Amino acid sequence: MAQSSIRMGVDIGGTFTDVVLEIDGQHTSTKVLTTYAAPENAIIEGIHQVCAKAGIGPGDIGQIIHGTTLATNALIERRGAKTALITTKGFRDVIEMRTESRFEQYDLNLQLPDPLLPRNRRYTVAGRIDATGQVLEPIDRAEVEALADELVFAGYESIAVGLIHSYANDSHEKLVRDVLQEKLPDAMISISSEVSPQMREYERFNTVVANAYIKPLMKSYLGQLKDRLRDQGIDCNIFLMHSGGGIISIESAAEFPVRLVESGPAGGAVFAAHIAARYGLDKVLSFDMGGTTAKICLIKNQTPKTSRVFEVARTYRFKKGSGMPISIPVIDMVEIGAGGGSLAHVDAMRQIRVGPESAGSEPGPACYGRGGKQPAVTDADLILGKLDPENFAGGSIKLNAENSATALEEVLGKTLDMDAQTAGFGLAEVVDENMANAARVHAVENGEDLSEYTMIAFGGAAPLHAGRLCEKLGVERLLVPPGAGVGSAIGFLCAPFSFEANRSVYMKLSDFASDTIVTLLKELQREATGFVRNCDAEADILSDFKVYMRYTGQGWEIPITLTADQALNPDADTFLRLFEDDYTKLFGRPVEGLDVEITVWAVNATTPPKPVERIDQVHKLSPAISTGSRSIFDPALGKAIESDIVERTTMRAGHRVAGPAVITEDETTIIVPSSRQAHRQTDGCIDVLNQKTGDKS
Amino acid sequence: MSINQSQVSLQVMWNRLISVVEEQAQALVRTAFSTSVREAGDLSAGVYDVAGQMLAQAVTGTPGHVNAMADAVGHFIRRIGRGNIFEGDIYITNDPWEGTGHLHDITMVTPSFHNGVLVGFFACTAHIVDIGGRGFGADAASVYEEGLYIPIMKFAESGEVDQTLVRIVRGNVREPDQLIGDMYALATCNEIGHRRLTDMMAEFGLRDLTGIAEFILENSRRATIERIAALPRQSAEGEMTVDGFSAPITLKVKLTIADDHILSDFTGTSGVDKKGINCPLVYAKAYACYALKCAIAPEIPNNAASLAPFLIEAPENSIVNAVHPAPVALRHIVGHFVPDAVYNALDKIIPAMVPAEGAGCLCNFQVSLRPRTDAEAPADAVRSEVLTFNSGGSGARPELDGLNATAFPSGVMTMPIEATEHAGPVIIWRKELRPDSGGAGKTRGGLGQYMEVGAREGHEFDFQAMFDRVNHPARGRQGGANGAPTTISRSDGSAMQGKGKQFVPHGQRVVLAFPGGAGYGDPANRDPMAIKRDLARGYISAQTAKSDYGLSDTDISEVEKAVQHGEIV
Repeated sequence: MAQSSIRMGVDIGGTFTDVVLEIDGQHTSTKVLTTYAAPENAIIEGIHQVCAKAGIGPGDIGQIIHGTTLATNALIERRGAKTALITTKGFRDVIEMRTESRFEQYDLNLQLPDPLLPRNRRYTVAGRIDATGQVLEPIDRAEVEALADELVFAGYESIAVGLIHSYANDSHEKLVRDVLQEKLPDAMISISSEVSPQMREYERFNTVVANAYIKPLMKSYLGQLKDRLRDQGIDCNIFLMHSGGGIISIESAAEFPVRLVESGPAGGAVFAAHIAARYGLDKVLSFDMGGTTAKICLIKNQTPKTSRVFEVARTYRFKKGSGMPISIPVIDMVEIGAGGGSLAHVDAMRQIRVGPESAGSEPGPACYGRGGKQPAVTDADLILGKLDPENFAGGSIKLNAENSATALEEVLGKTLDMDAQTAGFGLAEVVDENMANAARVHAVENGEDLSEYTMIAFGGAAPLHAGRLCEKLGVERLLVPPGAGVGSAIGFLCAPFSFEANRSVYMKLSDFASDTIVTLLKELQREATGFVRNCDAEADILSDFKVYMRYTGQGWEIPITLTADQALNPDADTFLRLFEDDYTKLFGRPVEGLDVEITVWAVNATTPPKPVERIDQVHKLSPAISTGSRSIFDPALGKAIESDIVERTTMRAGHRVAGPAVITEDETTIIVPSSRQAHRQTDGCIDVLNQKTGDKS
Repeated sequence: MSINQSQVSLQVMWNRLISVVEEQAQALVRTAFSTSVREAGDLSAGVYDVAGQMLAQAVTGTPGHVNAMADAVGHFIRRIGRGNIFEGDIYITNDPWEGTGHLHDITMVTPSFHNGVLVGFFACTAHIVDIGGRGFGADAASVYEEGLYIPIMKFAESGEVDQTLVRIVRGNVREPDQLIGDMYALATCNEIGHRRLTDMMAEFGLRDLTGIAEFILENSRRATIERIAALPRQSAEGEMTVDGFSAPITLKVKLTIADDHILSDFTGTSGVDKKGINCPLVYAKAYACYALKCAIAPEIPNNAASLAPFLIEAPENSIVNAVHPAPVALRHIVGHFVPDAVYNALDKIIPAMVPAEGAGCLCNFQVSLRPRTDAEAPADAVRSEVLTFNSGGSGARPELDGLNATAFPSGVMTMPIEATEHAGPVIIWRKELRPDSGGAGKTRGGLGQYMEVGAREGHEFDFQAMFDRVNHPARGRQGGANGAPTTISRSDGSAMQGKGKQFVPHGQRVVLAFPGGAGYGDPANRDPMAIKRDLARGYISAQTAKSDYGLSDTDISEVEKAVQHGEIV
């Protein structure tokens, strides 16, 4: 096996497959169109392109880190295998009944998303376990065998097993698996006590079903990828990025493919965390805006915030509740329907609404001249002077400002009595406000004050809007890193080997049982460490311990981080103190007199983070070279103002440009509002600061 | 700035206010102790101008609070007195008639000062765990038995919490820590709203909310009235009878569409019941208004102006206008049926818009568990109260089937049974869809659900039933068939009642079937593919496919064969 320090990050996205080669910390990247029918084709093409650029042979690559949207897409497009669910008698419809509520209360014609498996693919067996893990009713092996025969006859490729309270006692699920392995040796089997051993049957069952549903597809894809790479002379280790922001072996990924969902965006958050580490920033808001959506993530102490459940495949305007819940460790992100292609209209209240409908790439925004008649965010950006019509996407698409003006006037201006520029201002303000609101709500949910944060922006449309967003959020500092167009793939290269194991076990602090805790945490530690050890036989492996706690009677747990000592020498007073501290931080004050309980236990095993070299921030500033100026609308001033144009490639470390200005590059454009100034740092980041703060540095 | 640019600022501010109240609501969901707030979303939050007009209300929440919230702040201003409003004040009530319909909802209002001047108010409401009295149920004969009454008063004055009030509350309820915790959660959520408002006013250089209030209210009023003006000027009557408690209840409504308003007149509706299922007018109004807004102006956000054109009248002492001291704890039962009654009238004016009747009221029950008394109980047996929220099927829509086991009109969620079983020694043996319960039609009613409820070994329990549609199933529309009625019995086959507290001895279970929604249109016109799909999924039995929809034996065996092969039909 080739052992070299040459590594490669590969991110298969919806439109593009990004490939980044890392040699001695230097990056060479390319973007090729994703090849849906055989995704590995785009990877091979990308590899050849970057290898040629870097002057190496494919055989020199020492390691590949891969992230992909294929798992997510298979769930969204329902392209999974012929899958059955075996569940507890009396609970056949858990994944269909959902929360028994409507995620949009005012739509009489609301349609709930279909469950991944229709009712006739859901089967039941008798046998019942209670909340404490005791068997109320035994399971009957003969009944399971008879059911297995039915499944053989039906010809299922993959089977999910989800039984009530299996997180507390997995013996029934394991018995079912044993029988299935005997009777259906070719079928793939997923059991909920392994895939997601967490309390709450709807989330757990849906997660195990999703895993089973995409398992055959992902397994065969990963197998093919390995073969194809070997054909190209690439015989190195391949690892997969998971949704929690770490990497796992290809074998673990094939076993638990549901953990690959949202791995691309997770890479973006890791990328931002890496920049945060370089700058020694403890409070960072990452902002990724592309063609159809914007994603926002909080990064504290250089670690992206994680969650134990999230929702995938939202079917209704990105509305909470309109997708399906997946309970796996995941980087916590807010996603809203706001991107360059998001379309605007005027509603019954004569208000401008933007998104989540998107023009996509066909027909695209009106300015693409491909027949789009409705104004998109990109049209507003063009009319406001933020984009140069001759140099969009490196000049590959010529933008037509007249089309934008017509669309803005026709769709917005006529009703609102606005000219094209005012309509464009309105559109841009509404979309920026939508993103700012999403960020504010997310911050409140996490007890954070954004004014103490630094924003890191990447993705094609983010630098156009980030400056205004900072103004709206009271954020003082914005960093726009280089390579922002392939941020996720770079993030893959920064990620550690990691795996989080978790389990629901209820314990009140009044019934605190140290021995049980130590046994449980050690078991979780062993499990998590095993996955990491598979990836690297020698590395140090660290363990992060986390428990989810709440006052008895509450429905929301808050995550509490424990040190190894606090976890393995547990003591109720310490747990209570840590909980009350965090609770107070989030909600203002603790509640006297109530018992506290622990609901979920988690251990994350991880290789140590790669040492990050702190950059020397520039102190001596000199003016950047402006190539001219153009008129750009500044929303805070409410008027267009002549702004300097600077090409990013001409900026050297310490170069400064004061807003209003625009910094252009092939992949995107950075808008520096009048209230800000921009410095180029030594690592190529553009550092956008408040005029006053900037003058002091 | 030009006039049209300041329009842009106003739009941004309106967006912001809607986001502010959403933050307010989310803060409450995360801090509340009340099960119904955190699991079921039974809460509400809003922002008001200085006159007490509601400018924005959180989308998170339940329709029952819609108008009640809009009206509440006016009552607070009147009762507290304008001269008595200070910075740092927080007001409270659970008055069913000036709040949101029963003592179990606490409403808190906080005046918002900017640079020392009163600029508006924030209000929020939460359904709390317990307010003393007989406990949550229909058994009280008057509101006095239903728990502690807190008139509109100051919870805090200039930042000082009224400790006398706190002591009185603590001394009168079963879970004092949780209730006090919830009261602080409500106060905190208003505070979060206030801070955001202050930020916004600073950002836009506002001294008061007059301009933005006018902009919001004017645009909302115009949009709502445009929708009403597009409807035929007609009136029509609707009527629906449901089980009630002591006697069946008939809801009668006459809908009149005028140029600039719609009047729902409930004259002819049954009188108040002896037991606590009566509904204060404000709560009936909320559901009448909700039903009409869903049908004709769903995307117009709730505020004083968009709600104003929906008028309601009902004779005093009718069950939709119960007056003090009528018992009102379970006012939701009648309130949840108001939309179906309104739709029966609206369908006569605007055909092919509204759904057929559905399950209507939520299928809630409370289980009071205790160690068995008929024999020696095990040492670990405990007392416990467990409340659950469940839904039957919704009515078929003109072009779409009804929703299976999904709440309408209520907006609440169910709880995972694994969580319920952690809350106390209850065992839910079954919770799944009820085949053949959706009324047949061109579009089918949503399915109800089966539940089976028992206790852990060594326990017996009282079962507080809050069900309807036992004797009055959802009625089909335009030739559609009725949904299946509610059934309830013990596992030994003995009968139980749809409402009230009933004893269940050790070893017995309660066997429940919740109602299905009704069908819409002639079943003969149903798409044969939809019939086959329903059969394959077991939404309907082969028997029903044949008798109600006329599916041939050949087709039936074809579908059965496909199912054996695990195919999707």
